[in-house]
Amino acid sequence: MGEVILTMKGIDKSFPGVHALDHVDLEIRKGEVHALMGENGAGKSTLMKVLTGIYSKDEGTITYEGKEVTFSNPREAQAAGVVIVHQELNMMGHLTVAQNIFIGREIMSGGIIDDKKMNEEARKLFDKLNIDIDPTETMSRLTVGKQQMCEIAKAISHDAKVIIFDEPSAALTEAEIEELFKIIRDLREKQLGIVYISHRMDEIKVITDRVTVMRDGGYVGTLITKDCTKDDIINMMVGRVIYEDPKTESTVPKDAPVVLRVEHLNAGKMVKDVSFELHKGEILGFSGLMGAGRTETARALFGADPKESGDVYVNGEKVEIKTPQDAVRCGIGYLSEDRKRFGIVVDKTVAENSTMASLERFMKGIFINKKKEDQVSQEYVEALKTKTPGVDQLVVNLSGGNQQKVVIAKWLVRNCDILIFDEPTRGIDVGAKSEIYHLMNQLVAEGKSIIMISSEMTEILRMSDRIIVMCEGRKTGELGIEEATQERIMHAATLRN
Amino acid sequence: MADNQKKGNAFTNNPIVKAVGTQKIVVVLVLIILLAFFSAASSAFRQYSTILSIMDYTYYLAFLGIGVTFCLITGGVDLSIGTGLVCYGLIGGYLITHNNIPVIVGILVTLLVGVLMGTVNGLIVSLGGLPPFLATLCTMMIARGLGSLATSGLSVNWPPTAAENGWARMLFKIEVGGVKLPIGFIWVLLFAVIMSIVLNKTKPGRYIIAIGSNKEATRLSGVNVVKYQTLAYVFSGFFTGLAAIAYANTFQALAPGTGAGMELNAIGGAIIGGTSMSGGMGSIAGTILGVFIMSVLQTGLPNIGLQANYQQIIIGMVLILAVLVDVFKNKKLA
Repeated sequence: MGEVILTMKGIDKSFPGVHALDHVDLEIRKGEVHALMGENGAGKSTLMKVLTGIYSKDEGTITYEGKEVTFSNPREAQAAGVVIVHQELNMMGHLTVAQNIFIGREIMSGGIIDDKKMNEEARKLFDKLNIDIDPTETMSRLTVGKQQMCEIAKAISHDAKVIIFDEPSAALTEAEIEELFKIIRDLREKQLGIVYISHRMDEIKVITDRVTVMRDGGYVGTLITKDCTKDDIINMMVGRVIYEDPKTESTVPKDAPVVLRVEHLNAGKMVKDVSFELHKGEILGFSGLMGAGRTETARALFGADPKESGDVYVNGEKVEIKTPQDAVRCGIGYLSEDRKRFGIVVDKTVAENSTMASLERFMKGIFINKKKEDQVSQEYVEALKTKTPGVDQLVVNLSGGNQQKVVIAKWLVRNCDILIFDEPTRGIDVGAKSEIYHLMNQLVAEGKSIIMISSEMTEILRMSDRIIVMCEGRKTGELGIEEATQERIMHAATLRN
Repeated sequence: MADNQKKGNAFTNNPIVKAVGTQKIVVVLVLIILLAFFSAASSAFRQYSTILSIMDYTYYLAFLGIGVTFCLITGGVDLSIGTGLVCYGLIGGYLITHNNIPVIVGILVTLLVGVLMGTVNGLIVSLGGLPPFLATLCTMMIARGLGSLATSGLSVNWPPTAAENGWARMLFKIEVGGVKLPIGFIWVLLFAVIMSIVLNKTKPGRYIIAIGSNKEATRLSGVNVVKYQTLAYVFSGFFTGLAAIAYANTFQALAPGTGAGMELNAIGGAIIGGTSMSGGMGSIAGTILGVFIMSVLQTGLPNIGLQANYQQIIIGMVLILAVLVDVFKNKKLA
C-alpha cells in the first residue's frame, strides 16, 4: 500500500426526508483494493455518487492527490482520473468494442472517424491488461463477463488513478471472476487506488486489503482485511439497535395447515431450485440482499414471469399457475415492490383500482354497478384507514402509504387468502409504516397468510414468524423467528453455493 | 401534488365545465368559430347543401373515429382503417353488384370482413407483441391489396338510390317533399351512445382504459389483457365495416388502391376530441366532436377557394396542434 490518494472526510448528504450520508469518512491509498461494505441502503452507492459528482454533498471535504476537489459531474471526475465501473453495463450493443471504448472521444482523421486507429488503440489497451477480446467484435455478442472487461478497459483508458467497482461480480461466472481478480491485482500492482463494492464476503477476503463498513448512512469503521474475520465484518454491518421490538416467537400454531407449498421452483438465472411452505396465519419473511432473487421467485410463483420447472400446491392441491389470472383464481395476490409500475393505475380512481381484480363481483348484467363499486371501495377505505377525500379521487393524488393501502384493498376485495407483499413499506414514511405492519398482523390474525419480501432487517425481524434467506437465486437459509438474529441472516445472505 | 385537483380557475371549476370536460367545450367553441368563419367568407358555404356535405364526411369519419378511439385508449393505434374501409366496402359491394346477393347480406359480409381483419390486427398486437403502429401499417397494405384482388381491380358502385335494391342509401339520406334529410346522423348518434356506454360502464371498457393506463399493473391484477387488447381492435374493425357501408352509400364509387389517409382524419378527430395518443384516456363524445371539425374543414376549405393541396397542409397543421395539446396535457399530469 502506498501513499493516500483520495480522502473523503465528514461527507454529509440529505434528501427530502432521508439523511442519506451522516458524516462519512473514506480513505483510499495507492496500490490498495479497498472494500466498501454495508447492507442495502447503507449509503455505499450514494457515497460513490457524491465522489463522482452525480450528487453534490451538503458538507465535508474530498481531497484528491493533495488538493481539495469538488467534481460537479462524472465527466469532470473522469477527466481527473476518478472513474466508476457500474453494476449495470452502459454499453451500446450494436457498436463494436472499440467504438464503445472511444464513445464521445472518437479518434478522427480528416473529419472522418478513424475506426482502424481506434481498433489499434483498443488492442494496445487490452494487451496492457492481458484481456483477450477482439476490438472489432460487436458488443452485444460478448458475454456479460467480457462486456464487463470492456467497461473496465474503458475506465482505465481515461488514465484512471482511482477506479470504483460497484458490485462487479454480480453477473459473472466463477471463471470470469477469476479473470476479473487477475485484472484487479494487476491494477493494484500499477499503484491505482481501487474501491470494491460487493456483498460477497468470500471475495472481500480474497481480493481486498482494507474494508470500510457503512451502516444506515453512517461510517462504522475501517479494518485491515487480513486481520479480521467474516463475523467481525458482519457484526459491524448489522450492529444496530433495533428500535421496534422484534418478534420473539411465532404466533402460528404448530399444527397450522400448509396453504402454499412450492417445490423446486426454477425460473431464469435468478430462481434456482427454491422450495418452501407457507402456513395458514403465518408471515413468512424473505430476506436477502439486493438481487438475491426474491422478487423473481415471487413473480414466477405468481405467474407474472414464466417458470421453467417446479410444482405449486395450494391447500394441498397441485395447481398450474401460468399467468397472473391463474394465480388470482387460486387466491394469491401480489403487491409489487414497484407500486407505480406494477401495482396501481395511477391516473384512475381509488374505486377503480380497488375493484380491478374482481370486477365480476360488481356487474349488474353487462354493466358495472358503480354504486356497489363505490360502496365496497368506501368500506375498505374505512377498514384500512386510507386517507383520501373520496373513492373517486385519483390514486396519483394519494401518498405512498395510502397508495399501498389501495393495492391491499384490491386483493382483499378479491378475497385472496395468500398475499405476497414485496417490499411493503418501501417509500413509505414511518407513521404509515406502522399502520401497514398493524394491518398485516390483523390480516394474519384473520387467517390470511403472507409472504413478505423485505430488504430491511428490522422489518424482517419485527414481522416474520419464519424467515427464508436467499442468495443469488438459491435458498441459503431457513430460520424460525426464535432462532433468527441479524448475524445469522446476514451470514446466510452472503453465502455462495 | 395532493391538491392539484383543487386548483383551477373559475372556468374549469364551473360544474358544467367539469362534467363535460374543458377540451370538449373548447372543441365546440372552435367548431362554432369555424362555421361562422366559413359562413362569413363564402356564400357557397351558407347553403343547405353544405350541411348535407358535412354530414356525408361525418358519417364514415365518425364510425372510423369511434372504433379507433378504443385502440388509442389502449395506447395503440389502428392505421389499417383507411384502406380497410375501401377493402371491406369493395368486397361487400362486389358481391352485391356482381354476384347478385341481397344488400343486407352484402352489409353483413362487409361487417364480418371488418371484424375478421380487426381480430387479426388485435392478435398480432396482443399475442404477437408487435408494436401497433407497425402491425397495422402492414395490415393497411394487406387490406389495400386484398381489396384490389377481390374486385380484380374494378371500382364498385353500391346500388344507387333509384335502383330497386338501393335502400341502403336511404339509411343515410332520404328525400321528404323535395328536401334531402341527413338521417344518417341518427345512426352515428345511436352507435356513439352505445359505445360510450361500453367504454364507461362495462367490463371491456374498464379494462381497455386500464390497459392503456398501466398494462402491467392490469395484467398483475389477473386481467386477461390479451383478450381485451384484442377486443379494442375488433371494435375498430367492426366500425371500419360500418364506415365502409356509410361511405359506399353516401359517395359514388369505391376505387381499389384508395383509402390511405382517411385513417389520419379519423385519428386526428379522436385526438382533437381529447383522446390521448399515449393511452388511458378518451371519450366517444369527444371523438364525434373532433371528427366534426375535420369534416367542416374538408367542406369549408374548398368553399373559400383553397384547393386540395392547401387543405392537406391546413389539416396537417391542425393535427400537429391537437397532438401538441395532448403532449402538453400529459406533461401537466406527470
